[in-house]
Amino acid sequence: MIRETRSIQTQLAIVGTGLGGLAAGIFAKYRGIKSAQVGHTGAITYTTGYFDLLGGLLGEQILDPWQGLSSLKKHYPKHPLVRIAKEDIHKALNLFNKELNNMGIGYSEPGNTNLMALLPSGVCKPTISVPLTMLAGVKAKEAKSPTLLIDFVGLQGFSAVEFVANLKKSWPLLTAQRIAFPDMIEGQQVFPEVMARALEVPSTRQKLAETIKPFIGNAKYLGLPSILGINKPDLIHNNMEELLGVKVFEIPSIPPSVPGMRLRELFEQKFVDKNVTLIPQHKVEHIELNDDGAKLFFKDPFGDIEISCKATILASGRFLSGGLKAEQQNIVETLLNIPVTQPTGRDDWYQEKYFDPKGHNINQVGVEIDNNFRPLNTKGEPINRRLFAAGTIIAHQDWVRQRCGAGVSLSTAYQAVKYAAKVLD
Amino acid sequence: MQKHNPAGTRTLKTQVLIIGGGVTGTGVMRDLALRNISSILIDRKDLNAGASGSNHGLLHSGGRYVAQDLETAIECRIEGDILKRVAANCIDDCGGMFVAVEGDDEEFANNFPNHCQAAGIACESLSSKEARKREPSLSKNIIAAFSVPDATIDPFRLTLENVSHAQQLTKSTYLPHSEVYGFDIVDGEIVATLVKDSRVGELLRIESDQVVNAGGAWAMKIAKLAGCNDVKLLYSKGTLIISNSRMSRGVINRLRLPGDGDILVPGGTVSLLGTTSATIADPNNIHPNVDEVDRILAQGISMVPALADARFIRAFAGVRPLLMTSNDVGDGRKASRGFALFDHEKQNLRNFATVTGGKLTTFRLMAEQVGDLIAKRLGSDAKCKTATQQLPSGIGVRWTEPGFSARDWYKRQDPTDRILCECEMVPESSIDNILKEAPGSEVEMSLKAISLRSRVGKGSCQGAFCSIRVTSHLYDKGVYNSDSGLSHLRDFVKERFKGVRPVLWGPQVAQMELAEALHCALMGLDNQTNARAKRKPEQNGSKEDL
Repeated sequence: MIRETRSIQTQLAIVGTGLGGLAAGIFAKYRGIKSAQVGHTGAITYTTGYFDLLGGLLGEQILDPWQGLSSLKKHYPKHPLVRIAKEDIHKALNLFNKELNNMGIGYSEPGNTNLMALLPSGVCKPTISVPLTMLAGVKAKEAKSPTLLIDFVGLQGFSAVEFVANLKKSWPLLTAQRIAFPDMIEGQQVFPEVMARALEVPSTRQKLAETIKPFIGNAKYLGLPSILGINKPDLIHNNMEELLGVKVFEIPSIPPSVPGMRLRELFEQKFVDKNVTLIPQHKVEHIELNDDGAKLFFKDPFGDIEISCKATILASGRFLSGGLKAEQQNIVETLLNIPVTQPTGRDDWYQEKYFDPKGHNINQVGVEIDNNFRPLNTKGEPINRRLFAAGTIIAHQDWVRQRCGAGVSLSTAYQAVKYAAKVLD
Repeated sequence: MQKHNPAGTRTLKTQVLIIGGGVTGTGVMRDLALRNISSILIDRKDLNAGASGSNHGLLHSGGRYVAQDLETAIECRIEGDILKRVAANCIDDCGGMFVAVEGDDEEFANNFPNHCQAAGIACESLSSKEARKREPSLSKNIIAAFSVPDATIDPFRLTLENVSHAQQLTKSTYLPHSEVYGFDIVDGEIVATLVKDSRVGELLRIESDQVVNAGGAWAMKIAKLAGCNDVKLLYSKGTLIISNSRMSRGVINRLRLPGDGDILVPGGTVSLLGTTSATIADPNNIHPNVDEVDRILAQGISMVPALADARFIRAFAGVRPLLMTSNDVGDGRKASRGFALFDHEKQNLRNFATVTGGKLTTFRLMAEQVGDLIAKRLGSDAKCKTATQQLPSGIGVRWTEPGFSARDWYKRQDPTDRILCECEMVPESSIDNILKEAPGSEVEMSLKAISLRSRVGKGSCQGAFCSIRVTSHLYDKGVYNSDSGLSHLRDFVKERFKGVRPVLWGPQVAQMELAEALHCALMGLDNQTNARAKRKPEQNGSKEDL
């Protein structure tokens, strides 16, 4: 086979297909920028599906994230979220929401306060926007309504009994029931993805509804692990509500998560048009920056691919996604060796206690940016005027503990695209 | 004489109370049971919570001690041979090697075969080529190599089998998380040992004819509670690291005077490298740190260069109880240089004995000497049988063996038996069996207790996924039925973290990032902590779901 280098010419190259990368892709498309995007699955299949703006600060839960941003500024003056005007954060969240809705996954509109979203442990987490398939759960919990939670024979890491045991004191009308998923071999292990795809077939929904019905009793709400389809979850959700005659909601479950797969497949199927090239399941191996933009290099089974662009957004994520790498004593950025702000030695990467409310220092490690979201060199100057950073690779934020993953990803992507657009003009 | 009998105290009666659930305590339990003497064994935490659970798992040939301590070397050789016969279930007779690399003391290396001969230890000189053929991961810079009959032993299985066998033979029982807080002493005799269940706070009064203190590094503190000041220990902290794959066929020892990071021991599918040695003031709350890990690794690399690229999944630290001087105060009966048995008679106690010091390899001998003393005091002439009687294996004690769960699962051919821990292939049926049959199993068994008796959480994800899956399974089984299940989960991952923390670099950092996403973002375990802490003052807290 003759392998030849294929070249892609574009205005903007986006490295990464996590939430930050995908948001950058959406915002670029919205602005009419021609883009090419490369990334592998990364961490997106680990998401709960909830979009957090700011839900925690030094171990305290944050109920009003907008007010919380002011407290955040006091404790973390360099936090990427406090470097962005609230209006811009608003715009980023709303625009992303709107575009997702247009493509086919409904999310609740980001409001003034956090929703208390349900987790499979029965613990609640403050979040700004939830998939519409999960929204009824927030309401059922709030009203302590009679609710039936279903789980499935053979489904691991999701126990309705566990959820109920942890909530029964505050929600006495919550009950649990285990059922067999229709058409599966009895007792054998079932997987959320398989169940979700099966429910895209109307007759499976019919059968599932018939199985559940005898247990509904007085329940006004019905909860399920998140299995209501990979594509068109809202349609499946509405259909299940019609079939069952009660409000239905999903609860996230252990990864690989269906809400993450939905986002990934949505982008792979609905996002691409004449202006947008998406190369999923691949990783950029090398970048050469120049005065007019950059060249990005990687391979697929047919040979080498080269992307030439006028601007690049680096949204390569953290350790799990491969944007950062931890050597024995030192943390490095993997593609351009951008300086990484970090503690002096490995002993300071992690706190002594796992659940220390301060969070681990390593989670704040990342690249420094200027006000135009350009990564900085050791002298504090932009590395290249056409290179931008977005998402969790940016330093001074702790997406896990501060429950700010989507907030950081969406709003930094919004800013990065905004400033990239300026150099493209 | 009921002054130590607060309301609500339950009383238990037995012939012998044994304090300390390490290899020695459980060895004493079995030794006595084989003499038809029944006992209650208690531990303030659980089996092997001290040095018995935090060592190399090395069954010494004795080679390690030939140059400095001939007596101990001989003792190791004899005990090692006995254990290979009677506890073959727990042993991988993989052999071992002593190697010196460039820069090591050549004279020390040259004298090694003569020392071995003096101790009766089989020792064969190997050329550098032969050595590297046996152990391809060895450094090219070897200047001397000798093979010795080292082996490895699973201390967890050993302990579980000791308890299991004792329980089969007699009415002996084992109580975890039961801590001694005092002794009721009347006229030179302990009439009762006062114990608190540290999990539920229940007070116990254990009345026994004899009390054995096998507290290891805590033996001095326990002896003092009984008013005995004759046990004097030095605490030596040792740290080890575990790689996620087996780095060698057999044991590899550095041929030099003992130092940091000079023994690499295979343990089923993994390898253990260690150890450090640092004197500390108190045996409580120790954990491995970054400096120790880096030091061990740097030393290990000069012997086995592949360690530089190995992935380490965990570190752990233990405390060696070292006897302070050989010049005893008089009433401790000195059995050997390695360990000591104190009969405490000169401290005016007639039914109390302490055994401490020693090594994993010599635990059986320590138990034998305790057994002899206790039997004599009880007027029994039954002889020790542990040197000849096989340690029987039972299904409830086999789950710590790498691969056993997977083989058992495969044999069952049951499609409804789902794998909960994917790294170590532990299915639901293994967990159910542990709940039912493992020594020390309880109604509400903690994740930590299950992990101790199995391979759960010991693979490369260090419990990130399986902790959540096993917890759900335990809720489904009704083992947990309140928010205490989540507390067990939280305690388990917190504890694992202490060992993982100092080896977090390379791919393990990504693994940790995933674990934190699961435990915090998906399960909200970090918020649960706050909810609990906050709830305390407000009694009727309405925020229990936070």
